Parts: sequence; structure tokens; C-alpha cells
Amino acid sequence: MFELLGIPPQAFFGQLLLGLINGSFYALLSLGLAVIFGLLNVINFTHGAQYMMGAFGAYLLLQYLGLPFWVSLVAVPLIVGAFGIVLERAFLRHLYHLDHLYGLLLTFGLALILEGLFRKQFGSSGLPYPNPLPGGSNLGFMFLPNYRAFIVVLSLVVCFGTWYMIERTKLGAYLRAATERPDLVQAFGVNVPRMITLTYGFGVALAALAGVLAAPAYQVSPTMGANLIIVVFAVVVIGGMGSILGSILTGFGLGIIEGLTKVFYPEASNTVIFVIMVIVLMLKPAGLFGKQK
Amino acid sequence: MNATAPATSQPSANRPASRTGAILFVAFIVAMLFAPQAGFYPVFLMKILCFALFACAFNLLIGYVGLLSFGHAMFFGFSGYVAGHAAKVWGWQPEFALLAAVGTAAALGLVAGSLAIRRQGIYFAMVTLALAQMIFFFCLQAPFTGGEDGIQSIPRGQLFGVINLANDLTMYYVVLAIFLIGFLIVYRTVHSPFGQVLKAIRENEPRAISLGYRVDQYKLLAFVLSASLSGLAGGTKVLVFQLASLTDVAWQMSGEVVLMTLVGGMGTIFGPVVGAAVIISMQNYLAVLGEWVLVVQGLIFVVVVMLFRRGIVGEIAARVRRAPGG
Repeated sequence: MFELLGIPPQAFFGQLLLGLINGSFYALLSLGLAVIFGLLNVINFTHGAQYMMGAFGAYLLLQYLGLPFWVSLVAVPLIVGAFGIVLERAFLRHLYHLDHLYGLLLTFGLALILEGLFRKQFGSSGLPYPNPLPGGSNLGFMFLPNYRAFIVVLSLVVCFGTWYMIERTKLGAYLRAATERPDLVQAFGVNVPRMITLTYGFGVALAALAGVLAAPAYQVSPTMGANLIIVVFAVVVIGGMGSILGSILTGFGLGIIEGLTKVFYPEASNTVIFVIMVIVLMLKPAGLFGKQK
Repeated sequence: MNATAPATSQPSANRPASRTGAILFVAFIVAMLFAPQAGFYPVFLMKILCFALFACAFNLLIGYVGLLSFGHAMFFGFSGYVAGHAAKVWGWQPEFALLAAVGTAAALGLVAGSLAIRRQGIYFAMVTLALAQMIFFFCLQAPFTGGEDGIQSIPRGQLFGVINLANDLTMYYVVLAIFLIGFLIVYRTVHSPFGQVLKAIRENEPRAISLGYRVDQYKLLAFVLSASLSGLAGGTKVLVFQLASLTDVAWQMSGEVVLMTLVGGMGTIFGPVVGAAVIISMQNYLAVLGEWVLVVQGLIFVVVVMLFRRGIVGEIAARVRRAPGG
């Protein structure tokens, strides 16, 4: 069948897998953005920089402390998440009573600072990170590298774990209640400001986790976050931030579409997500899973 | 919502304030007329004027309609390519190259604007950013933009077929005239009945709708106007530097114009001009900082957002207003 289209199955499934991996990152990042936006009403422009910090965290822990990938996978999100908590306490907290745009401008400024500092320290070129899971398995129609399979599986597990926590547990119920009416939830004795801080930390930790996962798959570079985050913004506009499951599905779906575009019309692979955004805006302005306010 | 532009929430019909504004404006024109004689390098001044016009155009949206566009580089940069291509490849005179730039920006603004105004607030910013990134990739791949090299050695040509623009000083006065035209268009727009409706939308959109205004049409017209003036600024900059490159269409440029407007004062008439002068001077004199420029820009963002949300001009205006008898 694929020979009929002039595409060998190896190339087809290879790009499909790459698309699935990109989709894993889109899903993790847009999930973090959605969780933060839900409670803080802030679009976290620093998300890309925090993703980059995750990758650098893994790189530095390996380089200077000799810590393996598997330690970084747990430690780095905690460290970067703690850093996010500091940012929330020091800066973001003071802007909640203002127009949401100031939160966007502040986090944009923070992103510039972080990117600038890392570029100053490490230069703009990419740094390699060794693959922690070399080898792979032959599935007959394609070769599946172990590490790439691991990215997709872990991303799915983390995404659905987050979904479960928010939609099905008591903690998540508090969170959803605080998203709707923070004043009422606070009146019931829940410490909403602390909840907001921890939520921001959690969203940032998700970005850092994506960064650690990305380190062996791509090169570690100071600019890796800035370019990705704009695509993730488009993903968020397409999916709408109203629904956690929606963010996950949109992220994976768009990654796959992007991968397939690389097979059939490579020139458009950079722009296909933006084109889809335009179409969605024309047909369903609130986004696929969004609620029109 | 008025947190977006606190500086102008006062009615602008205030007589002494507008007289002060007029005096400042005349003083500014006189200062700019003689600035090259005072030893300022004309190319540096032209760069400031181009970015000041760009920031004024951007401010029309954020300051007076409350729309934060994070993609204005697409109008600035893409129109620059159009002006450069028209002047170099088609051999058009500069006034026609600039008209082509403005026309392209207006058309692009019409398309991008009608898409972006379908969403509000933060989504508006993300949609404009994504559209601008799409234009960036288009410019990266399209053959006429020259990819990474850009369009180089663009001739400045002869304005109206008689004025040779190759001389920096002549070019400077032309750029000053272009800036003043653009600035007066923004001023006129803001102080017209149309501008009053825009401010009403900024302050309370549902109320403007319930008063019977077709809010989307007002927003779209303001967006197209802002895009066209950004295109004029971008085209002029390309003629000045004789170079159209990817820098002008990249997302960092969208961020820079936000920064200029924020530093000068969103929703003030002179704020964007002051902001552009401050940021361009900083880039120029602090060029030794090299890589630190990004960090410094980020720090300015953080400091202004945390401490001086009114910006330089907004802060001064608020102080003057608060002073006894002022």
C-alpha cells in the first residue's frame, strides 16, 4: 500500500514515531501550561526556558556529579519545580490582582533572562547527552529504538497520571473548585495561596521533566525552549485550555500530523500546526476542547 | 481591565495637559530637526525614528484597545522584505516601495486581525505570536527573501524621482517626515470619535457591545491601522539600512516592540517614542555587553512590570497630575 504512494514503510513509520515523540513533548508542555493557566490565569511564557533548564539540569548533573539519567529524571523536575516556586513567591504572586497580560509580560522577561544567562554560559551550539537506553527492537516493518519508545510511554503515563490526579482525586477536586471560585474554597479553610504556589511548581516540574526527556533525544541548547514554546502556544490555542484530556489528545494528535506532513509534504512541516490553528480559529474559535466564555 | 493602561484613564480633554503636549511636541520636532547638527549620527537617529513609529503603531492596539499583539514583527519584517524586493528587484522608486510595504502590511493585518480577534486576552497574544511564527517560517523558505542571507544592498533610490536618498542627511529628513506623518495619524486616531470607542472597548467591552457598537469591526480596523503603520516603519527601516533580514521578522522583534512600549508607557502618546529611544540607545551604547543584552532586556521587563507599570512617560504624567496646582 505504501509503495503505491511512493513512500517506503520504513520512512513512513519512522516519521510517525518522530511525530509521536514530538507529540509527547507537546502534550507534556501544553498540559503544564493548562494546569498553570487553570489556577493562576497566567500564561507561563517561562515554560520554554524551564524546559531548557530541565535539559541542562540533566546535562550538568551528569557532567559535574556523574549522576545518571535515571536520577536526573526524578531530581531535576524537583529542583526546577522548586525554582518555579521561588519565582511564583517572589514575582508572580504580586501580579494576580492586575490584568493577566502583566503575568505574560513578566514571564516573558524571565524567559529572556534565563535564555540569556544560559547562552552566556554555554554558547548557542548544542551539547550532546548520551542515550541512557541504547539499542532497540526490530518490529518487522520498522526498527524501534528503546529510548524513543520510553519517551512515548513515560509521557503517556505522566499525562494520564496528571489527568487522574486532577479529575479523580480529592486533591484534584479542591484544585478544580479553586479554579472556579478561589474565594469560596478559601472560606472553607483550604490554603488557596499555597495551593497556587504548589500548582505553579508542579506545572514547571512537568516542563523540566519534558526537558530531561528531551536531553538524550535532541541536543541540549539554550535556544531549545524558545522555539518549541511558540508551537506549544499554537497547540494550546487549537486544543483550548479548558480540558486536561483535551490538551493531551491535541498534543499527541498534532505531533503525529506534523510527522506525517514530513513524509508527504516536507516543506510545510514547520508551519502545519500554525495552519491547523488558523483553520480551527475559523471553524471553532474557542478551540477543539475549549469552552467559549 | 483598565490596569492595561492606567496612564490615560483620565479624560484627555484636560486643557493644560494638551497644551503641555503640544509644547513638548513642537520642542521634539525642533530638537529632531537639529539633532544631526548637534553631533548625533543620522543613521542612529533614523533607527530610533523607525522603531518609534513601530512602537507607536503597536501602542495603538495595546494602549488604546487593550489588545496585546505578540506578533507585530510579521508586519514590520515582512513589509520590509516587500519594500526591499520592490526597490531592488523591480527597481521601484522609494515612495512606491513604501506604498507596497504599507499595502502588504494592511492586507496581512486584515487576515491576521480577523483571525486573532476571534479570541480574547491571553489567547489573542498567543494567536498573533503563532501567526507571526508562521510568517517567519514562510520568509525563511520563500525564495524572494533570500533565506538566511536576506536581501542585501537595496538601493535607497530617488524620492519622487528627484531627491537622491543616498546621502544620510537627506534620508534622515525624509525618515523624520515619515515618522511625523505616522505619529500624527496615531494622534488623530486616538483623539477621534473612533478612538473614543476604542477606549470604551478597552475599559469595558461588554458595555460597548450593549451600547450597540460593533466591537469586532472597531478592533479589526484598529488592528489593520496598526499593522499598516508597522509596515511603514519596517519598509522605511529596510531602505535606511539597505538590508532586509530575518531579524526583523523573528519573534524577538515582537518582544522588543512590546518592551519599548512598556518602558515608555502603554497608552501614552509620547511613551513609545521615549521607549524606542531608550531601548535603541541601550542596544547601541551597551553593545559591548554582547550576550548580556538579552539578560538586560529581560531584567528591564521584570523591573518595569513589577515596579513601574505606567512606564517612563506614564509615571511622569501621573506625578505632574498629582502635584498641587498641576
